[in-house]
Amino acid sequence: MADATAGTDPNPKTGSTADLVRASLARRNRKQMILQVLGIGSISFAFLMLFILIASLVSSGYQAFTQTHITLEVFIDPEEVPLERLPRGGFDDVLEASLASVLEDADPNDRAAMRALGKLLSNGAQFKLRDRVVEDPDLIGQTVTMTVPVSDPYDQLNKGLIDRETPEQYRRLKNFEIAWFDQLMAMEAISKPLNTGLISNPDSRFPELAGLKGALIGSFWALFVCFVISFPLGIGAAIYLEEFAPKNKFSDFVEVNINNLAAVPSVVFGLLALAVFIGWFGLPRSAPFVGGMTLALMTMPTIIIATRAALKAVPPSIREAALGVGASKHQVVFGHVLPLAMPGILTGTIIGLAQALGETAPLLLIGMNAFITSAPSGPFDSATALPTQIFIWADSPERGFVSRTSAAILVLLGFLITMNAISIYLRNRFERSW
Amino acid sequence: MTAIVLLALLCVSILGYFLNRQAATKLRANGTRLHSVPGYHGLYSLLSTIVPVVVLIVLWLIFQGPLIDRFTMSGLPAGSLDELDTGGRQLILAEIKSISRGRIFGNPEVWKVDAADRYVWMHAVAGWMLFGIVIVASLGIVGLARSRVAADFRARHGVERITSGLMLFCSTIAIFTTLGIIAALLFESIRFFERVPITEFFFGLNWEPQIPLREDQIAAEGAFGWIPVFLGTLVITVVALFLAVPVGLLSAIYLNEFAPSRLRAVAKPVLEVLAGVPTVVYGFFAILVVAPAIRSFGASLGIPVSPNTALAAGSVMGIMLIPFISSFTDDALSAVPKSLRDGALALGATRAETVLNVLFPAAIPGIVGGILLAISRAIGETMIVVMAAGLIASLTINPLDSVTTVTVQIVTLLIGDTSFDNPKTLAAFALGMMLFIVTLVINVFALRIVRKYREAYE
Repeated sequence: MADATAGTDPNPKTGSTADLVRASLARRNRKQMILQVLGIGSISFAFLMLFILIASLVSSGYQAFTQTHITLEVFIDPEEVPLERLPRGGFDDVLEASLASVLEDADPNDRAAMRALGKLLSNGAQFKLRDRVVEDPDLIGQTVTMTVPVSDPYDQLNKGLIDRETPEQYRRLKNFEIAWFDQLMAMEAISKPLNTGLISNPDSRFPELAGLKGALIGSFWALFVCFVISFPLGIGAAIYLEEFAPKNKFSDFVEVNINNLAAVPSVVFGLLALAVFIGWFGLPRSAPFVGGMTLALMTMPTIIIATRAALKAVPPSIREAALGVGASKHQVVFGHVLPLAMPGILTGTIIGLAQALGETAPLLLIGMNAFITSAPSGPFDSATALPTQIFIWADSPERGFVSRTSAAILVLLGFLITMNAISIYLRNRFERSW
Repeated sequence: MTAIVLLALLCVSILGYFLNRQAATKLRANGTRLHSVPGYHGLYSLLSTIVPVVVLIVLWLIFQGPLIDRFTMSGLPAGSLDELDTGGRQLILAEIKSISRGRIFGNPEVWKVDAADRYVWMHAVAGWMLFGIVIVASLGIVGLARSRVAADFRARHGVERITSGLMLFCSTIAIFTTLGIIAALLFESIRFFERVPITEFFFGLNWEPQIPLREDQIAAEGAFGWIPVFLGTLVITVVALFLAVPVGLLSAIYLNEFAPSRLRAVAKPVLEVLAGVPTVVYGFFAILVVAPAIRSFGASLGIPVSPNTALAAGSVMGIMLIPFISSFTDDALSAVPKSLRDGALALGATRAETVLNVLFPAAIPGIVGGILLAISRAIGETMIVVMAAGLIASLTINPLDSVTTVTVQIVTLLIGDTSFDNPKTLAAFALGMMLFIVTLVINVFALRIVRKYREAYE
C-alpha cells in the first residue's frame, strides 16, 4: 500500500507510512466531525419536532382549560315563563332582558339588537335556567343569580384570541358587541373559572359546551373490555407457547401468525370488526364493547410477546428446583414461574393498553365517531372514545374547537404518560435481575 | 339477562368447588390416602362446569339474535313483505326493533307494533330458556363431578388437561384472527368483483367511488381503478422515508457510537415518547402546524402548494417513523460482534471509519429489515393521512399536490352509511385486501431478513 502510493508521491522523503497517515489524518478527522455533526443535527431535529409538537398543543390547548362565564341577575318574568307551560317558556327572552337591563345602550324594543345580545350567552344558558325553574317552579316571579358560559366568540375575545385591531368587517364581533362585553367586564360580571365542563360535559355542537365525558366513559369501557379479553387470552397463549408447546410445525405456524398480526395495519382490524362483529354477528354499531373486542385482538400480540419475554427471563433453576421436589409441570408454571414473571407481564400489558387507548382508525370504522350528546351508560350504548373525539373536534369548523382539540389531546397524553409511568414504576419496583 | 345468567353459572360452579373439596376433605379425614389434594377436586368441578357452559352461552348468544330476527320477519302477516328487496326488509326490521325499544316515530301500522311486541316477548323467552338451560346443565355437571370424588380419582390430571386445552385454545386465537381477517376481506372483495370487473380495479387509472342514484344517471357512473390511490400512498411513503431514514440512521449511529452515556440516557426515552404519541395527535399536528408552515413557505417562494399537500402528511409520518428506524438501526449495530469493531479500531481506523466501513455494512440486513417494516407501517398508517392528506385521487407524483391514499379511501368510504350491498362500501374491502396483502408480503420478507441476520451472528 505504502509502496504503491510512494511512487506517485511527489516528495519521496515523506513517503513513510506514518507520514502518509499523518497527512490524511486531518481529512479523516474532518470526516468524523461531519458524521458527528450530522448525528447531533438529526437528534436535535427529532427533539425539536417533539418540542414543537408539545409546545403547539400546549399553546393552543391551555386556553380551553378555562371558560369565560358571566354572572347575571335574572328576573324570571311570569309573563314570559308562565307556570302552566313548563317546561316550555321564553327562557332566552328572560335572559336577554336581564342582559339588556344592565347594559346602557341596549334597547329592549330593538329586535335585532336583542337577538345580537342573546348571542352573547351560550346556547346552553337557557336550558340551564329552564332546568332550574322546572326543578323549583316557585322561582317564577323572583330574581335569581346565575353563572353561565358565554358563547364561543366572546370566550375567544376574553382570551385575547380575537384581535381588536382587526377591521370590523373581518372580525367575528362587531364594535358594539365588544363595547357590551367591555361594559360587562367593567361591572365585574365576567369571570374565567377552571373549565370543569371539559371533563363533565358530553359532546355538543357548541364549543363552549362540548366536553369529554362521553369520550372518557366510552374509552373506559372499550379499554375494560379490551383488558378482560386480551389479558387472560394473551397470557394463556404465551404460557402455552413458551412452556408447553411441542417443537413442531403447528407451534411455528402460531408464532409466525402472532408476529405478523402485530404488524398488520390497524385499519385492517377495523375492517375485520365491521365485517365480522357488526355485519355477521349483528352486534351494535358505535358500541364500546365492539371497540374493546377489536382493540383486544390488536393488543393480544403485544401482551403475548411481553409475557413470553417475562417467562423467558425466569431462570431455569427455579423450574428445576420445583420439578425436583416433585411438582408437576403445571404446578411449576402456575405456582412459581408465572408469579415471578408477573411484573414483566403487567408492564407489557399496560404498554399494550396505552397503545390501545390511542388507537383511532379501527374505532372510526365501527362507528365510534358518531355525534352523541349523552354519556354511555354501559358498554353496549353508542359512544365515542378519546381519540375519535379528538378526530371529530379536529374536523369541526368552529374556531373554538381548535383549542378544545388541543386540550383533549393533552388529556389523552396525560393518560398515556400516567400509564407509562405506572409501568415504569412496576418495572423498577418489582422486576428482579437474577 | 346475560349478566344474571353468568352470575348464576358462577354461583353454581363455586358451589360445585366447595362441594367437591369438602367431600374430598372428608375422605381424607377418614384416613384414606387421596391421589389429588382436595383443592384439585374442587377445581376439577369448577372448571368442568364453567368451560362447557360458557361455550354454550356464547354459542347461544351468537345465534339468538339472527334467529329471533328471522322468526319476527316470518311471523309478519302475509303480503306485508311482498315486493320488497333486502334493503326494504332490513328497514322494516329496524323499525320493528326501534318500536320494541319504545322509540316510536309517527303512527306505525298495527302489524308492526304487534311484531315489536312479539320481538320483545321472544327475547324474554329466549333469555329465560337460556337461564333454565344453564342452571340445569351446570347443576348436572356439578352432580356428575361430585359423584366422581374418590380416593383414586385423578382430579389433578383432569384439571391439568383442561387448563392445557384452554391454553391451546388461547394460542389459536391468533390463527382465528388471521383467518377472520382473510375471510372478511376475501368475502366482501369477491362481492365487489361481482359488481366491478377485476381488471378495472387493478388497471383502471380513475378512482371516483360513486354510485348512481338513479338507473339512467350517466355522470355519476363511478370508477374503481386503484392505481391512482396506490400511487398516492407511494408518494406519501416516499416523502416519509426521505425524512425518516437519514434522520433515524444518523441519530442511531450517533447515539450508538459517539454520544456520551448521559446524552444517550436522555435521548432514548425521548425517542420512545415520540414513538408513543398516538397517530391522531400527529394528524392534528400536521393540520395545525406543519401544513400551514409548508404552505406559507411555498408562498414566500412563489410556489403554489395545495392545502392538503402530500408533503405535510408525509413529513409528519416521517417524524413518526424516526424512532422506529433509529431503534432498529440501534439493535442492528449493537448486534454486530464486538470483535469486528475492535479489529477495525486496532488497525487504526477512526471511529467514523469503523462505523461506516465495518459496522454499517455488517448491520445492513437488520437495517434493511427495519426500513421495510417502516415502509409497511407508512403504507398502513391511517390517521395522519385521513386528517392531513386529500380525498381526491389524482395521477401525480408531485408531493406538493394533494394526493389520497388507500387507508384514506377505506375510512372515507366506510364512515357514514354502511350497507353491505353497494360497490362503494365493498370497494373499501377490496382496497383493504390489497393493503393487507402488500403489508403482509413486506412484513414476512422483513421479519425473515431480520431473523436470519440475527441468527448469523448468534
